[in-house]
Parts: sequence; C-alpha cells; structure tokens
Amino acid sequence: MNTITLGDYLIVSGLLFTIGFAGVMLRRNIIIIFMSLELMLNAANLSLVAFSRFRVGADGLPNYNAQVFVFFIITVAAAEVAVGLAIIVALYRARQTTHVEDISTLKF
Amino acid sequence: MAFNQVPNDSPNVSPILFWTFALLMLVFGAAVVINRNPIASALSLVVSFLGLAALFMSLDAFLIGIIQVLVYAGAVMVLFLFIIMLLDLRAEERRKVNVVAFAGGAAVAFAFFIQIFCVIGKLGAAKQTFPPLPAVKTDDVRNIGLLLFGNYNLPFQIIGVLILVATIGVIVLSKRELR
Repeated sequence: MNTITLGDYLIVSGLLFTIGFAGVMLRRNIIIIFMSLELMLNAANLSLVAFSRFRVGADGLPNYNAQVFVFFIITVAAAEVAVGLAIIVALYRARQTTHVEDISTLKF
Repeated sequence: MAFNQVPNDSPNVSPILFWTFALLMLVFGAAVVINRNPIASALSLVVSFLGLAALFMSLDAFLIGIIQVLVYAGAVMVLFLFIIMLLDLRAEERRKVNVVAFAGGAAVAFAFFIQIFCVIGKLGAAKQTFPPLPAVKTDDVRNIGLLLFGNYNLPFQIIGVLILVATIGVIVLSKRELR
C-alpha cells in the first residue's frame, strides 16, 4: 500500500472493466449499455498505459508504442460512438423505444 | 515548457492521489450502471472519465490524458447528452425484473473479476513498482508524434479513411427514410 505497483493499476483497470461488463449484462436501456461499452474500452486503455510506463526501454523512456495504440483506440471509439448513436436514433424512430426487451424481431 | 525542467526525483505515484482518483473513477463508473435516469448516468460518466484522465497523467502519459479529456469528456459525452435529450428519455419505469437473469448476469460479472484478480495475483511483474524516468521530463507529445507519422503512418491514414466512412455512414443512417 505504501508504493503503487503495476498490480494496483491492473486491479483498478479490471474493476472498471467489470463494472462496464456488469452494465452490459444487467441494464436493459440501450443507451446505458452503450455507455458501459465505453467504460470497458477505457479500462483496456488504462492497462495499456500502465504497461507502457512499466516497460521502460534502454533509452529510459516509456514504451510509446502502447500510447500510440491507445490513441488509435480512442479514435476508433469516437467513430463507433457516432455510428452507434445514429443507429439508436434510427431504431427509436422506427420503434419508439430504447428498451432492449422491446426490440426482439430477430429473437428465435 | 515549464514542466520540462522539473527534476523527476519521485519516480513513484503518490498513493493518496492514486487511490483518490481510482476511487473517484470507480464510484462514478458504478453510478453510471446504477442510476435509472440516463442524464445522471451520462454526467457520472464524465466524472469517471476525468478520474481516468488523472490516472493517465499519474503514469506520465500527458498527451493521452489530455486527449481523454478533450475527446471523451468533451466530444463523446456531448454526443451522448444530445441524443438523450433528442429522444427525450425519462427515468426508466420499473419493469418486473427477471430475477434469474439478473442473478446470472451478476454472477458472471463477479466470476470474471475473480478470474482477473487471480491472473494478476499470479503475474510476477504485478508486484514491482514503476521504474524511474530520467531526471528531465520527457516530452511525450514529440515522441508519440514521431512514432505516429513514422512507424505508424499507414495505420494513421487508414484511421482517417475510417473516420470518413463513419461520417458518411452517420449521414446515411440519419436520413429521414432508410431504403
């Protein structure tokens, strides 16, 4: 507890991922499910940055490849949010609901 | 750059700051899932993202922290709030919850966390502290930029095409009638 180790960051990242995972499993509002997906993406980003700071190279700098990867993840996530919310708006226009149990046309 | 000259004599993160921001992030992350009002969820998500940005800064990833604030806490959350208000979503009315499905979902999430916890416990590197950086703070914007425009130039351009496709896709999806 005195000094912060890599494991502390990984545990926090795992907890955040679990919260997002529980949100996807338990909530029935499609917008909340979407927000929980963002939480899971961010948890992965946190562990990537923690590993980047942990693996200091021969030049004494953090491993910046991981941070470039996080940059790409954030970009793709932003594009994904835009497309996903447009799909939700189209869905709402067709069905007047955001509750996933009301959208069951494809259910077997 | 002012902080460029600050000697980095304390290589490890302050535990108080770390646990403060980690708790802030986790509590408000849980509030996203627990709140029944979508607007309250979205605002909790902003606080959670700000706590995460502080954790990025504590790992000396200043560029990523700033991008996190600008892109997530700024652009993405405005988009979420805009859609919530456009659809005029009220607090969800209580429906009868399928107790078995709820318990199953909670159990799967809990088992998942136990699994992660055990894996991290087995990882030898998890018990090590972070190695110190050189005394002069490194400018990570320059280093990430060099990688982005050098090594990762092709993925960078592919990302540009992806954003263009997403833009066109959103416009097509938002048209009055889908054919």
